[in-house]
Amino acid sequence: MEHTTINLNLKVWRQKNAEDKGQFENYKAENISTEMSFLEMFDVLNEKLINEGQDPVAFDHDCREGICGMCSMHINGRAHGPWSGTTTCQLHMRAFKDGETITVEPWRAKAFPVLKDLTVDRSAFDRIQQAGGYVSVNTGNAQDGNALPIDKKNADASFDAAMCIGCGACVAACKNSSAMLFTSAKVSQYALLPQGQPERTTRVMNMVAQMDKEGFGACTNTGACEAECPKEISISNIARLNREYLNAQLSL
Amino acid sequence: MAFTGIFLILFLIVHSVANSCIFLNDSGETYNAVAHFLSHNWIVRFLEIGLFVGLFAHIIQGIMLTLANNSKRPIKYAVNAGNATSKWYSRSMGILGSLLLLFLVIHLKDFFIGTKIALYSGDAPHNLFEEMKEEFSNPIVVGVYVLGVVALCWHLIHGFSSAFQTIGINNPKYNPLIKTAGIVYSLIVCIAFAMMPIAFYLGWIS
Repeated sequence: MEHTTINLNLKVWRQKNAEDKGQFENYKAENISTEMSFLEMFDVLNEKLINEGQDPVAFDHDCREGICGMCSMHINGRAHGPWSGTTTCQLHMRAFKDGETITVEPWRAKAFPVLKDLTVDRSAFDRIQQAGGYVSVNTGNAQDGNALPIDKKNADASFDAAMCIGCGACVAACKNSSAMLFTSAKVSQYALLPQGQPERTTRVMNMVAQMDKEGFGACTNTGACEAECPKEISISNIARLNREYLNAQLSL
Repeated sequence: MAFTGIFLILFLIVHSVANSCIFLNDSGETYNAVAHFLSHNWIVRFLEIGLFVGLFAHIIQGIMLTLANNSKRPIKYAVNAGNATSKWYSRSMGILGSLLLLFLVIHLKDFFIGTKIALYSGDAPHNLFEEMKEEFSNPIVVGVYVLGVVALCWHLIHGFSSAFQTIGINNPKYNPLIKTAGIVYSLIVCIAFAMMPIAFYLGWIS
């Protein structure tokens, strides 16, 4: 691929700590290779800031190969930037034009308070997961392979739901800051498998209760979460969550 | 929202079919007969109570949902995705609903209250057709009704398929069918409603 470099104007949200009010700061990112990822562009900027004795921009990242769910930038109004089905770390600078101004904000939600700059506290997701996203397994030898036959369709649907990396883009993209796509994916991956049956009704009740407690909004079916999800989790999981919830209410 | 919404969707079918009798152009004979039947049948009278309960529940749920959801993002984004990730009418159900509530107040004042007074005061049979004709001779009233129906149309296009999703009906095989049925339903009902004031105003019905 042809190697080109571009210059960009960045408008980045800077916030010293959780209590700080925060504001946008303008930076210039120069000689950025179009083959860099968005996070590498920030690395270049941070190197420059450190050399100048300034505080580098704090942002979350870990695997940088699109599977860990740590990166979390709201780029030009889009969670994980303009490409669909892509995390910020897999977003390449060829998505932008030379001289373009890019606005970078942290996830905005009451349940995701900003810790510093572009880093937000997503432990609310951990607590939702802990409220019911598990299966009880008896101790002892591992079960024989294929002892539990699972329908191919259900196995595939469960796997699709389990693709969720818990990055929080669904909450960031939703006008109501709703965590329904995340919660529905976690509920679905167990509800579809035989291993998930013992806790099936209590799981959905507890996870939804925790979700409400964390201060996430309610779903109004705008579909923005599905459009922004880097793992392309379908809102059919939300419909499944609604069914599971209704069934659980009737059966408890 | 979904259950009350579906109930109101069903009501609109009855309302639009009954009112479409004016298009028979028989000086309102059939329409007045239908109106008389509906206002004197005790099953319909009973269902009417349910209609108001459902309507009231839908409004209260809508207000509570909108207020709760608006409080979940104290600091807004500087740049929004806008139409890139969702439809404007899906994001504007609260505003469209508020417009519909305003329209409903006007609509009930125009036709519902007069009908009820006539029903219980025991006067001569109420000629609803003539009342419609008189109301819709005013271009401002016609304009308000057409705008109200346009708001209703967008509200229904989102509401129809959204209601199915909320009650858990989502199947890749039938999703396009639900979506299309919602759009067809919304357009048929709303065009029928919009044509009523327009037809009276332009003198197509006499």
